[in-house]
Amino acid sequence: MSKVDTLLAEFEAVCKNPKKAMDDFKAKTGKGCIGVLPVYAPEEIVYATGYLPVGIWGGKKPISKAATYLPAFACSIMQSILEMEIDGTYDDLAAVVISSPCDTLKCFGQKWKGKSPVIQFVHSQNRDFEASNTFMTEEYKFVKTKLEKILGITITDEAINKAIDVYNENRAVMRMFCEVAAMYPQVFDPVKRHTVIKARQFMDKAEHTKKVKELITEVMKESVVPYKGKKIILTGIMAEPNELLDVFKEFDLAVVADDLAQESRQFRTDVPSGSDPLYRLAKQWQNVDGCSLATDRDKPRGQMLVEMAHKYGADAIIVCMMKFCDPEEFDYPIMLQQFEAAGIRNLKIEIDQQSDSMEQIRTRVQSFVEMM
Amino acid sequence: MTETEGMNAKQKLGYYTNKFYEDALAAHGKGELVCWSSSIAPAEFCETMGIHMIYPENHAAAVGAKHGAIEILELAERKGYTMDNCSYSRINLAYMDLLVEEKKTGKTPAALAKLDELKIPRIPLPDIIITCNNICNTLLKWYENIAVSLNVPYIIIDTPYVHDWPIPQYTRDYMKEEFKRAIKQVEDVCGRPFDYEKFVKVQEQTQRSVAAWDKAMGMAAVVPSPLSGFDMFNYMALIVCARSNFAAEDTFTTLADELEAKAAAGIDAFKGGEKTRIAWEGIAVWPYLSHTYKALRALGMNMVGSTYPGAWSIHYEVGDFDAMADGYCRMYSNTCLDNKVNVISDVIENTHCTGILYHMNRSCKLMSFLNEETAEKVKERTGVPFASFDGDQTDPRNFSEAQYDTRVEALSEIMEQMIAEKKAKA
Ligand code: SF4
Ligand code: SF4
Repeated sequence: MSKVDTLLAEFEAVCKNPKKAMDDFKAKTGKGCIGVLPVYAPEEIVYATGYLPVGIWGGKKPISKAATYLPAFACSIMQSILEMEIDGTYDDLAAVVISSPCDTLKCFGQKWKGKSPVIQFVHSQNRDFEASNTFMTEEYKFVKTKLEKILGITITDEAINKAIDVYNENRAVMRMFCEVAAMYPQVFDPVKRHTVIKARQFMDKAEHTKKVKELITEVMKESVVPYKGKKIILTGIMAEPNELLDVFKEFDLAVVADDLAQESRQFRTDVPSGSDPLYRLAKQWQNVDGCSLATDRDKPRGQMLVEMAHKYGADAIIVCMMKFCDPEEFDYPIMLQQFEAAGIRNLKIEIDQQSDSMEQIRTRVQSFVEMM
Repeated sequence: MTETEGMNAKQKLGYYTNKFYEDALAAHGKGELVCWSSSIAPAEFCETMGIHMIYPENHAAAVGAKHGAIEILELAERKGYTMDNCSYSRINLAYMDLLVEEKKTGKTPAALAKLDELKIPRIPLPDIIITCNNICNTLLKWYENIAVSLNVPYIIIDTPYVHDWPIPQYTRDYMKEEFKRAIKQVEDVCGRPFDYEKFVKVQEQTQRSVAAWDKAMGMAAVVPSPLSGFDMFNYMALIVCARSNFAAEDTFTTLADELEAKAAAGIDAFKGGEKTRIAWEGIAVWPYLSHTYKALRALGMNMVGSTYPGAWSIHYEVGDFDAMADGYCRMYSNTCLDNKVNVISDVIENTHCTGILYHMNRSCKLMSFLNEETAEKVKERTGVPFASFDGDQTDPRNFSEAQYDTRVEALSEIMEQMIAEKKAKA
């Protein structure tokens, strides 16, 4: 097995069995894990506690008990999370952090069925003036105080500033990884690319950074060869399950960049420098751009994607539409106009974590590729 | 005001509602400024500067109530919106496109002509828009789309979700800065300084309107009630549109007088037919307003409890930005489950309801996704039974008369049984 393969296998193992990654962390540090729901949370504060922040992004799970508490017109990611809450999947977590950028998440933070204590917080949506930063600093103080109370510890500014360094480094490395993945689509098919990115949800970010750096170094030793298939950009909340990415792979579609909430949006924006760590985190939220969850009078997302398509020479943009996700669904008609105006091919496919069959999507992708 | 002298409340409602739309259209024709606003956004800033206010939710409700929704909803779907988005927003965004098309081509698109035929009031395109997410975050996205489509200034009054009660001071501080910023934006659009003297007058008028509204709606507490909640749904149009002017005060004062006279004479809204009293949680089903009313009427169920009246009861001392921030932020759907449960339970207790009906609204995630938890907790506190039905405030495709009737009948039976048991015990 080549070094690259070994590293990829390690990332895959983490994604396939996050429970083990969490248990290993516990065994090593004596500390537990804290759940972080999508999309944005001040993870650095969580990291500063010494506990492992783990991403909770749902998964494939037949919905039965959750149906009592959530009607069918809720996004599938929250349906699966709720089902797993009821099943006790998250009960080992020392706490769960939930943001409230959409109407679904506002409700979600109030209806957690698991046993772990919940810390809900809210982002400002009038972001482009100083009052937003003041508000967010206070809101993050609230998160910090709650964490301290639940865990019985004190979180120092120094620890958060250090965590910010760790996270900013991970972000930079991940941005570089995405560039490298675009150069080596033969190595990083859609599933492998996703696996490397997804693993950061369950790994200590410092550890993840180290491994991704190794991976980049190894891959860069190989020469770049022209790619025979087509190049695509993904946008949306997420492009799961893996069976979906397998369909892209089947038709030789390479993901050369993404604007997925679960992927690049997580590391697109660094935390700016400064001394007060909470204020720094607040500023980061102000800098978030082109995301359906961050209100922006100029709505730059569509244009940003058009530019991305030009930059990476992408043949098409695939909109991975999380079913019943209002924020994303409202962005779509505007993006569509912008794609059409720029002459960029695009395809909307529906994301449903519970979906069993990829047949419909396969047919649509196939005819889309044939038209390219 | 002599123009409404001698009119009863219902006539005043009709008169002012029409006038309101006509005035805005005429003003727009004269080049005066128009603002589109969400229904519970602070109107005070624009009203102060003489900007004409249009409330798309209200207009969309009228489209629904006058059975004009289907075709325009399909237009929105063709633009890329899905059936899952709030139907108010879909109607408004499609209507906006029709207005733009008309303006560009000089010809009235067929779909718009059809709505005109249904006597759905015309609204002018906006010069500025304002939204406040105290009712939902969907509005932020909806108005964002208007802002980029029309390239107009967008005032956001962000009322951060109150996940832990009470409302923190720093939330109010943030909102106060937003108010200042809104004033600046209004100044920029108008090209003249904000008129603080007029602002005081507008605030005073708003408080008088709200007081008259409170008084009229408060009559629902009388047993038997002279006010039916469905009338309240109708009068609501005016507290939305005319909160900051005399029209609301005038109409609701008359209404309160009429209701007081009825109550004194012991006349209820059903003319003696009130058997049970229920609360209605959620928005009305506008395309089926008549059906939803008649099904209750047939069973003697008077709908007297609603969180609606409270939604516009925004009280503050004139000139007190802190209180104003608090008032706009505390809208119950913008707050945690515990507060929501308290607000609904208070409504049930204050209006002596014996049951509550929950609208599981396909359009409105925020007003639906906590229904189960709310219903359980409200029942725990008040002891009143509940039922739930599936619907949508303006998309007629998402409502079934048969399901509604069955649910309502079941609730009626439980309530009557509970009342009988209570009587037997006494
Ligand atoms: S509606 Fe969209 S943003 Fe909100 S929780 Fe669901 S997927 Fe996430
Ligand atoms: S119906 Fe619900 S989603 Fe639509 S505008 Fe009203 S509160 Fe928002």
